[in-house]
Amino acid sequence: MADSDGRQVDSINHSTEEDVKLQEVVQAKCEGKELTKEEKQRLRKEKKQHKKNKKDDRGPPEKEKEKEKASVLAPSKPATQSPAHKAAPVPVNASASESPVAAEKPAKSKAEQRAERRARQDTERASKQGKKEGGQQSASSKPKATPNELQPVKRLPEHIQVDDPAALKKLAKKLERQQVPLRSDYGYKVSLFSHLHQYSRKNPPTQQISIPATVIHPSIVRLGLQYSQGIIAGSNARSVALLHAFKQVIQDYSTPPNEELSRDLVNKLSPYISFLSQCRPLSASMGNAIKHIKKEISNIPSQCKEEEAKRRLQECIDSYINEKIILASEAISKYAIEKISDGDVILVYGCSSLVNHILCEAFEKQRKFRVIVVDSRPRLEGREALRRLVKKGIRCTYVLISALSYILPEVSKVFLGAHALLANGYVMSRVGTSQIALVAKAYNVPVLVCCETYKFCERVQTDSFVSNELDDPDDLIVTRNGKTHLENWQTVKSLGLLNLVYDVTPPDFVDLVITDLGMIPCTSVPVVLRVKNVDQ
Amino acid sequence: RLHSLHVLSDRFQETLARNQRFTETPVKMPGADKETDLSERIESFLSELKRCGRGAGSLRDSAETARETTALLRRITAQARWGNAGELMEIIRKEGRRMTAAQPSETTVGNMVRRVLKIIREEYARSRGSSEETDQQESLHKLLTSGGSSEDNFRQHFAHLKANVIEAINELLTELEGTTDNISMQALEHIHSNEVIMTIGRSRTVEAFLKDAARKRKFHVIVAECAPFCQGHEMATSLCKEDIETTVIPDAAIFAVMSRVNKVIIGTQTVLANGGLRAVNGTHTLALAAKHHSTPLIVCAPMFKLSPQFPNEEDTFHKFVSPHEVLPFTEGEILSKVNAHCPVFDYVPPELITLFISNIGGNAPSYIYRLMSELYHPEDHELYTGK
Repeated sequence: MADSDGRQVDSINHSTEEDVKLQEVVQAKCEGKELTKEEKQRLRKEKKQHKKNKKDDRGPPEKEKEKEKASVLAPSKPATQSPAHKAAPVPVNASASESPVAAEKPAKSKAEQRAERRARQDTERASKQGKKEGGQQSASSKPKATPNELQPVKRLPEHIQVDDPAALKKLAKKLERQQVPLRSDYGYKVSLFSHLHQYSRKNPPTQQISIPATVIHPSIVRLGLQYSQGIIAGSNARSVALLHAFKQVIQDYSTPPNEELSRDLVNKLSPYISFLSQCRPLSASMGNAIKHIKKEISNIPSQCKEEEAKRRLQECIDSYINEKIILASEAISKYAIEKISDGDVILVYGCSSLVNHILCEAFEKQRKFRVIVVDSRPRLEGREALRRLVKKGIRCTYVLISALSYILPEVSKVFLGAHALLANGYVMSRVGTSQIALVAKAYNVPVLVCCETYKFCERVQTDSFVSNELDDPDDLIVTRNGKTHLENWQTVKSLGLLNLVYDVTPPDFVDLVITDLGMIPCTSVPVVLRVKNVDQ
Repeated sequence: RLHSLHVLSDRFQETLARNQRFTETPVKMPGADKETDLSERIESFLSELKRCGRGAGSLRDSAETARETTALLRRITAQARWGNAGELMEIIRKEGRRMTAAQPSETTVGNMVRRVLKIIREEYARSRGSSEETDQQESLHKLLTSGGSSEDNFRQHFAHLKANVIEAINELLTELEGTTDNISMQALEHIHSNEVIMTIGRSRTVEAFLKDAARKRKFHVIVAECAPFCQGHEMATSLCKEDIETTVIPDAAIFAVMSRVNKVIIGTQTVLANGGLRAVNGTHTLALAAKHHSTPLIVCAPMFKLSPQFPNEEDTFHKFVSPHEVLPFTEGEILSKVNAHCPVFDYVPPELITLFISNIGGNAPSYIYRLMSELYHPEDHELYTGK
């Protein structure tokens, strides 16, 4: 199945082929019309031929690489590839089912086709297993290919390809198919960041959805609005809210006839995920949670009854939240409290739910310390952390990040939260964190980062430019003494406002990372990822 | 709580000063007319210093303060009663002490007083006929062989001393007026095309510097708004008027964007005697980030900002303003249980600075002590213990 996927992508990219028949068939496919079985078979044959020709041109080593890629793609991501392939006919099916007139006949023949395709998939997969063994032996001679841990070459995520018109068109087409509104960029973007989206909070994508929303579940619409307005912020809060919304979706889901829950549910979730990423780009923790859920869904055996399957999924989501978030924070607090001694002056930045939890636990365990909360414009999240800590009764001081050099000589430790930990040891967190780590290093103050393992991600990044999030630039505008200098910044030609959300901290600024697996140095993140992958 | 007391005492002193003016006798004698006029002017200057020192940043340009101080000192020289150089220096020192006490963080006042004192010494020495060089150098040999203190020398009366001193002060004033232009003229030597320059807050010197370079070259400026006063916004809008590509970033993003910056150009409030800076808060972070990325840090500071103080005095180095800028009164519930700080200045050590650009050219931080010895006499460094 993976093979035909690759071929389909090929066909869409190389539409300037001489084969007119192929073009016609592709066009029909893109328009979502019904393709007869014969047409589909012909399509596949043409693509196979085309690919063979290309392979002969390129030569043997690339052929091996492709085979490896395809062979590894097949077992590692069968669930995600097949629904992506079926995303095309399924939403069409879904929208067609809304108008019940002509729905019955196409659905039936489609189901038949799908059953046949599935049979073909299984045989292809079996044959590929055989090929994979052969491919592995030839690959072991190559130094760079390690067959078991070879990560599939990832497609570039869409949200960092805004400057590429082809990628934008592809996204627009995909969203149209899924009937998800496309959000347009706002305001002048600084040229260094023209590859990222910049949205305005005043135009949430929910405005473009009609009421009642038929394609997107209402709890997802509500969640999307909460994300885009910043009502739910912070990676733990966002992940938990997402999982709860998915629980609701699963509760309300009913398998259509002649469909399997394990495949159809995953297809249903795809437009929801596109919609949420239009509202606000997904965080690393959310990505991991979604991967986990999709895996669980596709692992449901087909003979399982619907109620049973739903109950099982709900339990699975609950246990994920419990294990990875709640129990993890308990474990992290236990380790972190060992590091807090009496008389400490602890500096925290912004509002991290984990760090707040640690401090509250430490205070309950009768440790004597005081806290300095550092905050920054324009989000001013530190005030929320300040409220929570003061409510507990902890002695606090509050400064803005520009007063950091003044306050740091008093500080004995710095506790930071993280949004994600990257595979090369960099810490991705709220903008300003790297600055705090830098100045703390200059004053020789230890920096401890607290992060649960579900936030570890396989991406690598060295600076804060390539992959980031641009928030609404109007947030920077402030009125002081009755004057607002930046009020009409849109009209001024050469003025740009930059409101970054994340930045990356190099590992030499961080002294220790406290996770639920223990206290590790920053550079051990890929080890943890590897252990996790082996477990799963 | 200390800073609120500071605010109260300011207001108290101001009302005192105002009341003082009103209690002066309405009947004036012709000779005393000039004196009361002079003291009135001094009082109004002092109260202005006190008033604009409080609150958001410096509402007054340092160059303006320097000019007004010098003009006032010239008036004192012209109108006050003194017989010889020693008495004049005594008067100026006394007024200088009052002026610096009114606003300790405004160091340009003290610097100008010291410059005028140096001018008086020079003019006196010239009138006496001895060269200035020997008087300047403080060597161990001189200390052992001179014996008598030099202050007796200032008791001689010279007829033309007054005129000479006033002329010299006029020269000083013309120099002050040309400082910004002198600095901007050097802009093209330091900025090449397609550069990305970073700056923080608002400095009129840097603004003029960049605008001058923008007439001939195209470059990009990133301005860090300087919370909580956000003077960076004003700077950005002012730069945009000259068609300079500007971007405003919040303070938290300084390290994040530093990797794409070619130069950091900042202004400062004071240049200290060891080559360090007392600049707006946030500058130390900027300097550390620049050092980490090996980006040169250039300070544009005219010579009147050079002050013979060292950064050791913990009590007098920092100045705080009302914490409601940081944590507004709308957060009432937690306000009473939290300490909020709003410091105005930051200390930047000389190791982080690459170059000083002043009206007399470019210098390394290690050369600052020499410049200081040319501008001020060592005995004037401490106005409070002056004889």
